[in-house]
Amino acid sequence: MSPDWRDYIRRIEELANRSGLAFHPVDFEAVPDSFMMEIAVYGLPVRMPHWSFGVRYIYQLIQRRMGHSRLFEVVFPGNPGHAYLAASNGLAENILVTAHVLGHADFSRNNLLFRRCQEQVSEHIVEHAANHARAIQQIIESQGAQRVETVLDAALALEQHIDIDQPLRRERYAEYVEEPKVLADDSFRKRFAALDPVAAGAVEARKRAPLPPHPERDLLWFVANYAPEMESWERDIFLAVREESFYFYPVFATQIMNEGWASYWHARLLREADFIPQQSYVDAIKCHSDVVRPIAADAQVSLAINPYHLGFSMWEKIVERDGLEAARHIMEQDDDFAFVRNHLTRELADELGLFRYSARSDGQVKVLEPELTSLHEALLAAKYNFGAPVVSAHHVRTDGTLELVHDSATDGRGLDLERSRKVLDYLQRVWRRPLVLTTVNQAGSTLELTAP
Amino acid sequence: MDEEGGKGGGQAPLSAAKWYELFSRGARDWLRHDEKVREAVRANLPEIIAGGEVINDGARTVRVPVRMLEHYHFRLRRPEEQQGAGQGKAKPGDVFSDPSQQQGPGEKGAGGRDEGEVQLLLEFKVDDIVDWLWEEMKLPNLKARVGPSDDTDWTREGWDRRGARSRLDRRRSFKELVKRRAAPGATQTFTDEDLRFRQLARRKQPAIHAVVFFMLDVSGSMSDRDRKLAKTFFFWVVQGLRRQYRSLETVFVAHTTEAWEFNEPEFFQVSGTGGTVASTGLLKVREIIDARYNPGRCNLYLFYASDGDNSVSDAAEARTALASVAADACFTGYVEVSSGLSRQLATETGKLFAELSGAGCAAGSYALNDFDDVWGAVRHFFSAETQTPAAT
Repeated sequence: MSPDWRDYIRRIEELANRSGLAFHPVDFEAVPDSFMMEIAVYGLPVRMPHWSFGVRYIYQLIQRRMGHSRLFEVVFPGNPGHAYLAASNGLAENILVTAHVLGHADFSRNNLLFRRCQEQVSEHIVEHAANHARAIQQIIESQGAQRVETVLDAALALEQHIDIDQPLRRERYAEYVEEPKVLADDSFRKRFAALDPVAAGAVEARKRAPLPPHPERDLLWFVANYAPEMESWERDIFLAVREESFYFYPVFATQIMNEGWASYWHARLLREADFIPQQSYVDAIKCHSDVVRPIAADAQVSLAINPYHLGFSMWEKIVERDGLEAARHIMEQDDDFAFVRNHLTRELADELGLFRYSARSDGQVKVLEPELTSLHEALLAAKYNFGAPVVSAHHVRTDGTLELVHDSATDGRGLDLERSRKVLDYLQRVWRRPLVLTTVNQAGSTLELTAP
Repeated sequence: MDEEGGKGGGQAPLSAAKWYELFSRGARDWLRHDEKVREAVRANLPEIIAGGEVINDGARTVRVPVRMLEHYHFRLRRPEEQQGAGQGKAKPGDVFSDPSQQQGPGEKGAGGRDEGEVQLLLEFKVDDIVDWLWEEMKLPNLKARVGPSDDTDWTREGWDRRGARSRLDRRRSFKELVKRRAAPGATQTFTDEDLRFRQLARRKQPAIHAVVFFMLDVSGSMSDRDRKLAKTFFFWVVQGLRRQYRSLETVFVAHTTEAWEFNEPEFFQVSGTGGTVASTGLLKVREIIDARYNPGRCNLYLFYASDGDNSVSDAAEARTALASVAADACFTGYVEVSSGLSRQLATETGKLFAELSGAGCAAGSYALNDFDDVWGAVRHFFSAETQTPAAT
C-alpha cells in the first residue's frame, strides 16, 4: 500500500465538505483482494455462515479468474462509515475511490430511505451483522450445525420477503378483533330486556382476530412470530436475517442513484482537486471512464445497463439543468423508482442509446419501440418488491396449516414451480405443519402447491 | 503501566496479520457446499456409478460430474419472451442474437438471465465408495476359506529392559520410574533400570491372499455393450474382494472357441469372432491354477461373463471342466449379459451353473441386462458367497 494515498484522504474530505457534501466520518482500510471478494459475496464484512455463500464465492472466483470483475472498494454506511479498499489499487485508483466513497457516504447519510432504515437497524450494521454471526456460531455449538443450517436454509430463502413499510421491531397483531360493543342504554334496550332477560343479559363475546388479520408480506417476521412450534433460537435466526435484509433494502433500491451520485462526485472532486499530481490525475480519469463505461469495449450493444453509467449521466444532466441544490433535494427524497421515472427523459434516453428489447429463450433479441414509460419499467422490473415475487401469508388454519398466496396479478405470471416447491420444503422444516401455496400455472389457472 | 506496555509490544506483530488473512469464510462455506454435494451423491451412489463411464482405467478414483447446488428462492416462471433494457447502437425492429450467449459457459448473462452453468467434477476414492456401498447394501464381509497359512510377519509383543533406542516405550518407562520412586530412599531420576523397550516377535498370519479369475466370452455374439457391462461388474467385484484380501491377484481369460490369457487393458478391448466353447476357457483356468497357484494356500474365485450361447456339443466337456475348477474355488459366479434378450439364465451355460449350485457347490448365477442391474449382481454374489457353507 503506497503511503501517499492516505495523505490525500484529509484533503479530499476537505474539498468534499467545501462542495456541500455532508457525511459521517469514514474509516478507510486497505484489505487484500481475497477479503474484498468475500465482502462482496457476503454483502457484509462478517456475516453468518451458509453454504449458499460458498456457491457465490466460487462463481465470484471464476469470474475474477476470467477477468470480468474487479472490485475497487466496498463501503458500508454508518457512523462512522467503513470503507474497504483493495490493497492492489494503485495511487490514482485510491484517490478516485476515496472521492467515490465520500459520495456514497453523503448519499447514505442524507437519502431518506437510507436514513429510515438506519434509524431502524442503527448506524452500526457492520457490528450488528458480526454480532449475529457470533450468536449463530454459539447456537451452532449448542444445537449442532445441521439444525442451524436447516433454519438458515429457510430464513435466507425468504430474505427478500420483508415489508419495508413496517418498522423493524413490530408489535404482534392484536389478538382480538376489537373490544365488544358497549350496549346503548336506551329505551329499546330496556324494553328488550324486559321481554327476554336471558338474551339481553348475554354479553357479546370477544372475537379472536383471524391470523393474519390481513395478508402479510413480511414473511420472515410472520414465521418468527407465529410458527406453531418454533424454538426461540430459531426465531432469533429468522429475525437476524430480517434485520440484515432491512439493511440491504436501501442499497438495493437506490443502486442507480447511489452509484451515479458517487460517480458524479468522484469525477467532480477529481476535477477540482488541484493538489493531485498530473500523472495520477490522468490515471484516475482513465479509471473513471472504465467504471462508467456503458458497454464493453469490443461490443456494439449491451443487454444490461451499467448502473454507474446511467446514474452518472442522469446526475450530470440534473445538476446541469436544475443546479446542485435541486439535485441534492432529489438525492434526499427519491429511490430508483422515482428517480428513473421522474428524471430519465426522452432526450437523455436517446442520447445514451437506451432501448427496450424482448429476448426469446433461443437467444434471439428483438429491439422494441422506445416508448419512454415502458423503457422505465423495463429498467426497473427487476427491482420491484426487493426483486422477489409477491408472496404473502393469508391464513393459518386451526390445524396450523399455513396458506401462502402468490399475487400473480401483480407479477404478471406464475411462480417457478420447481423452485417454489423447494422453498416450501425448507420452510416446512421450521413451520412444522403443512404449507399450501397458491399461484397460477402457465395457462393462468389457479394451482396449489403443498408441503409435505 | 507495565501491562499496557506489554500489550503494546505484543500487538505489533499480531496486527501485521489481520484475521481475514488467516481465515476464509468463503472457503469454509464452499467446503460445506462440497460436503452437501458429496452427501447427495453418496445417497444416489449406486445409480451414479453403475454407469460405466465414471470408471477410469486403472485409477483408484471415480469421477462424478455434478452441478452446483442452488439455494432456492421464490422466482417467477421464465416467460417465453423476456423484456429488458439495453444500451448501444440499436434501432427499433433490429433483430440480433444475444451476444452474451455466444461467449461460452461461465459467462454471467445480463440481469434476470441464468448464471452460466458451472460443472464440478467430484473425485471419489474407490475405497471410500466401496466402504459406503458395503455399509449401504449391508453386505457381509467374505470369509476366507483357507485357514491359517505359513505366512509370517513381525508383530509387536512384550517389553524388555534392553533394546534399540527407537523402540523405547516412554510411557512405560515413566511408569516404572514412578513405581520405583514410591519406595523410600530411591533415586529420583531415571536410571537404566526404568527403561523399557518394545519387542517384536514373528507371528503367523492368516491367509489373506486371493486370486480371482475373470473369464469373458468374446465370441461374435457379445456386443460392445455386453462387454462393457461385464467390465463394470468385474470392476466392482475386484473392489469388493480387495476389501477383504490384503493381496489380490487378478487373472483375465477370454475365450471364443479357443482361450487366451490377457492383461487387464487388453482384456476389455478384445473382441473375437466365431462360436462359443466355454470348456476351452475353463480348461485354460484349470491350467493356470495348476501351473501357478496352490488351491490349499490361496482363495480362488471365478467369475464368468457370457451371453450363455455355449455350443451344445460342448456341454459334457464344459460340465467336467467347470466341476474341476469349482472344486478348488471358494466361489464360482456366472453373469449372463444379454442385452435386450432376457432369457434369464435358461441358456446352455446358465444350465451348467444351475446344476453346479444344485449339487451344493458354492456357485451363483445372475442375469445382467442393464447397468442398473450391476448392484443387484454384486449384492447377489456377495451375499450368496457367505451364505453357502464353504465346503472344503
